[in-house]
Amino acid sequence: MEELRVVVLVFISTVLINNFILVKFLGICPFLGVSKQVETAFSMGMATTFVMTLTAAATWLINTYILEALNLPFLRYVSFIIVIASLVQFVEMFIKKSSPVLYKALGIFLPLITTNCAILGLALLIPLNGYNFITSVVFGLGAGIGFTLAIVLMAGLRERLEFSDVPKTLQGVPITLIIAGLMAMAFMGFSGLISI
Amino acid sequence: MDSIYIYSILSMGGIGAILALGLGLASKKFHVDVDERIQQVEEVLPGANCGACGYAGCSSFAEAVINGEAEITGCPVGGEVVAEKIAEILGVEGETNETVKAQLLCGGGIKETKKISEYSGIQTCKAADSINAGTKSCQYACMGFGDCMEVCPFDAIKMSENGLPIIDKQKCTGCGKCVVACPKNIITLAPEDKLNHIRCSSHDPGKVVTKICEVGCIGCSLCAKACPVDAITMEDNLAVIDYDKCINCGICSEKCPTGTIEFNGRLIGKVVITDKCVGCTRCAKACPVDAIDGELKEVHEIDQDKCVQCGLCAEVCKVDGAITVTYKDENEN
Repeated sequence: MEELRVVVLVFISTVLINNFILVKFLGICPFLGVSKQVETAFSMGMATTFVMTLTAAATWLINTYILEALNLPFLRYVSFIIVIASLVQFVEMFIKKSSPVLYKALGIFLPLITTNCAILGLALLIPLNGYNFITSVVFGLGAGIGFTLAIVLMAGLRERLEFSDVPKTLQGVPITLIIAGLMAMAFMGFSGLISI
Repeated sequence: MDSIYIYSILSMGGIGAILALGLGLASKKFHVDVDERIQQVEEVLPGANCGACGYAGCSSFAEAVINGEAEITGCPVGGEVVAEKIAEILGVEGETNETVKAQLLCGGGIKETKKISEYSGIQTCKAADSINAGTKSCQYACMGFGDCMEVCPFDAIKMSENGLPIIDKQKCTGCGKCVVACPKNIITLAPEDKLNHIRCSSHDPGKVVTKICEVGCIGCSLCAKACPVDAITMEDNLAVIDYDKCINCGICSEKCPTGTIEFNGRLIGKVVITDKCVGCTRCAKACPVDAIDGELKEVHEIDQDKCVQCGLCAEVCKVDGAITVTYKDENEN
């Protein structure tokens, strides 16, 4: 039971309290770049979630059974990046085959998942936090869902913004960054959600 | 100490190899055939993904061009330069990429027609057309306000003093914007290499046309009868040319009593088969009026009474000097 409690707590904590975008400020590039339409944002979120979950599993295995077993922790960055790049490549091929429309909509941001710092951050946080395999996968899934949540909320706000009267000086990027800041502050409210 | 190096190399190499294998298999399984021209077209596009063409981005536009959904001139940012490059890409691939140019199907300028009304409203063809169908005596004629000139993205159309658009063939890209803009539907796209054009769109009976326009088609059908390849048909008092069939002989323009049909080439005076003929029978098969006779592998002969001087035989002949063509203007000189 203790195990399950930890898993649930890790999940809720990564989705809301330690949201990768709004609290840890990782993955800002796609957060600002692909958040113009809810639909595309959601697809991007799903693609990222998929990559994150797989990354969490793959990097945990590599870290535990190869790097730590052979005492090679300095290879984490390199090996994790290779794994992430390969996974993204795989996802890209899969999406291109299964949904050309989605492939086109995601465009350049799909390969950019490779360099999405949220994913490398996730891979590096797992050994730091000392999670076991199940917790790592849940951590990856939670991070992905948190990412999707933030990016979809942002896209919803930006869709509304298209029709609102924004002062000229704030139009475009400035108002987007202000919204991101306000959302980050709002998510700080979740920090008292769970008390142990 | 040394084991660290070995372990590092082995572990990284192993991870790399496994991932490479996985990706290799996946790339085969998820292989998608992509027309390589899409990539080529995308490369010559500006790459700004501005969406001014109406597509989601440059890659979507490139795909639409290859699929024939978009015009090659569809990129307003790249303009003529990019359109040319795209045409090159499409042309290199051996596709049917016949260049077309805009042709005006009206010869009735201010001089040739009569002015029957005054118009002082908005000075566009569209506006004028919506109320009284123009100021000229012929309801099919060019109104001369220059909507086509305005809409032309390549500056290829100028309005002449005679109130008719002049299409600059060098600048015209055949984008067809003027064809759409013209409310009278008197601009068409014709293959660049065609030299005969019927400059009239009037469906009025000949009696009416002779009164209102000096150069209008009176529907006499002389051209249709004279055409050796039946490229001209009479449609409701108007001669209409089928550019696919036309062989550029110019006979129609010679027969036309009103000068409606324009011919930009040279008229053939006489065609003779010389003794260089090897008897391949190509010319006899090509002749639309069966004027050429001859056995296989023997010198052929032209029945000059039947010959209409279209020049098709000379075009299909593969032997240099076997068919000599004398042009009419050469005789005059």
